[in-house]
Amino acid sequence: MKILVCISKSPDTTSKIAFTDGNSKFDENGVQYIVNPYDEWYALVRALELKEAGGGSVTICTVGSATDDAVIRKALAIGADDAVRIDCEPTDAFYTAMQIAEYAKANDYTLVLTGKETINYNGSQVGGMIAEAMDLPFISLATKLDVAGSTATAEAEVAGGIQICEVELPAVISCAKGMAEQRIPNMRGIMAARTKPLNVVAAADIQALTTFESYELPDAKSACKMIDPENMDELVSLLHTEAKVI
Amino acid sequence: MSVLVYINSNSGIAKSAMEAVTYGKKLGGEVTVVTTGSADDTALSALGEYGASKIMVDRSVTSEDPQQITSIIASAAETTGATTVVFSHDLTAKAVAPRLSVRMKAGLVSGAIDIPQGDTIKVNVFSGKAMGLVKVASEKRIISLLPNSLQPETGGDKCSVEEFNGNAGDARIKVLDTKKPEGDIPLPEAELVVSAGRGLKGPENWGMVEALAVELGAATACSRPVADIGWRPHHEHVGQTGVAIRPNLYIAAGISGAIQHLAGVNGSKVIVVINTDEEAPFFKAADYGIVGDAFEVIPRLTEALKKFKASN
Repeated sequence: MKILVCISKSPDTTSKIAFTDGNSKFDENGVQYIVNPYDEWYALVRALELKEAGGGSVTICTVGSATDDAVIRKALAIGADDAVRIDCEPTDAFYTAMQIAEYAKANDYTLVLTGKETINYNGSQVGGMIAEAMDLPFISLATKLDVAGSTATAEAEVAGGIQICEVELPAVISCAKGMAEQRIPNMRGIMAARTKPLNVVAAADIQALTTFESYELPDAKSACKMIDPENMDELVSLLHTEAKVI
Repeated sequence: MSVLVYINSNSGIAKSAMEAVTYGKKLGGEVTVVTTGSADDTALSALGEYGASKIMVDRSVTSEDPQQITSIIASAAETTGATTVVFSHDLTAKAVAPRLSVRMKAGLVSGAIDIPQGDTIKVNVFSGKAMGLVKVASEKRIISLLPNSLQPETGGDKCSVEEFNGNAGDARIKVLDTKKPEGDIPLPEAELVVSAGRGLKGPENWGMVEALAVELGAATACSRPVADIGWRPHHEHVGQTGVAIRPNLYIAAGISGAIQHLAGVNGSKVIVVINTDEEAPFFKAADYGIVGDAFEVIPRLTEALKKFKASN
């Protein structure tokens, strides 16, 4: 089974978020990039588990420039066989998804996995867009995934509960918490990652549908009002009369 | 301008659906609702009070197949000539809106938190650590509204409900079973949330958190370490890598307030923090703080609420 795992870079989860150029660009100064946690912890690790159980290959795919190669190597260190980087700036989710779909169409993958969202843009858009562009079924926010022959069985979060469902492959699946446990790369993996194939392919001609014009930071909170732990009546009263939330 | 609002009515009409219709009305122009699911005509026609002028219902699809729902919304958009489609940014929207974006060649604005200002729409980014202003370049657009970003507004009258055949096609996802969630209130939609962390020392101590939640009518949540060590189910984990929430009230007990946790909750309108450590970073993000032992403060708060409810 050929599995394609789509990864994105994201700022380390402890990063302070700031903007430059008149609040129009993310300030990368001092920011450490990591593999987006959902892509790494759930999509990539589950892909590796499926390969270990049933054979096949796991390919990392990212849309980005040469500066993203370091993040791709991090993903390769966890255990993927090879990687492909589609060489362009990922301007919006539609642009990114269409690039991946063009590549995936030409390369016959059984399973295309994404994380449930990135922790920088939180859009949950790319997986569903790839599926539509390739006319494949899409299971959104899967928390469990198994493959037997040409059928995948998944548990996924839907309105009103967890749905246990079955789909004929190929399919696109976005992966959420519960799917797998994070793997820490070992020294051998890190060494091996340096020489694994990282293929750079040219981007397709796609027009983005949206742009981020500018960014804002939330207003700073006013000072916290401290309340006597013995006096919860006061808290209840403040929540009712001042905050007006109860 | 014509606006189409999609609503999943399989588990009744959620408050987030009323928010989406209100949002559609605020965009200006005529608002049509297209829905799949099992809600009856009476419940559906009440959406007119929030600004819908017509409800189109396709009852051929009762499952959550995103391809079928996409086809239905796309045909409804064609029938009504809508150039804007509005979703509530819920689980169905996450599965359907991206497909519809490609199908309609319509720019998708995910996680909108406000009505458009000029030609941009404000969304939450960086897991709530910042906001972005998104401009749509395409002629058509899709807006997926974060739950609890605006209050539903009434003022209209009940409206007509029409059967609609959206040519859903065949389902490609076969549903074997559906497990109901454990909590009554889905976390992303909850207006009041009570949350606790490692400070509670063990899963056996969650009774008092649940008692407070019941008294408030709140959903329960937890921090990441608590979900990771298995004290609480994963779906309760709020934070950067869990669920991002923006309730009216977030009460956090025994959570220090690491930056990753704050990212998922700082959209909350009011934050109450209970912690024994007065240096806990969470107090900096809180509106009300209590330095004290959660084991004493939580039951005392529950009692105070009981007293408040009895006297109001």
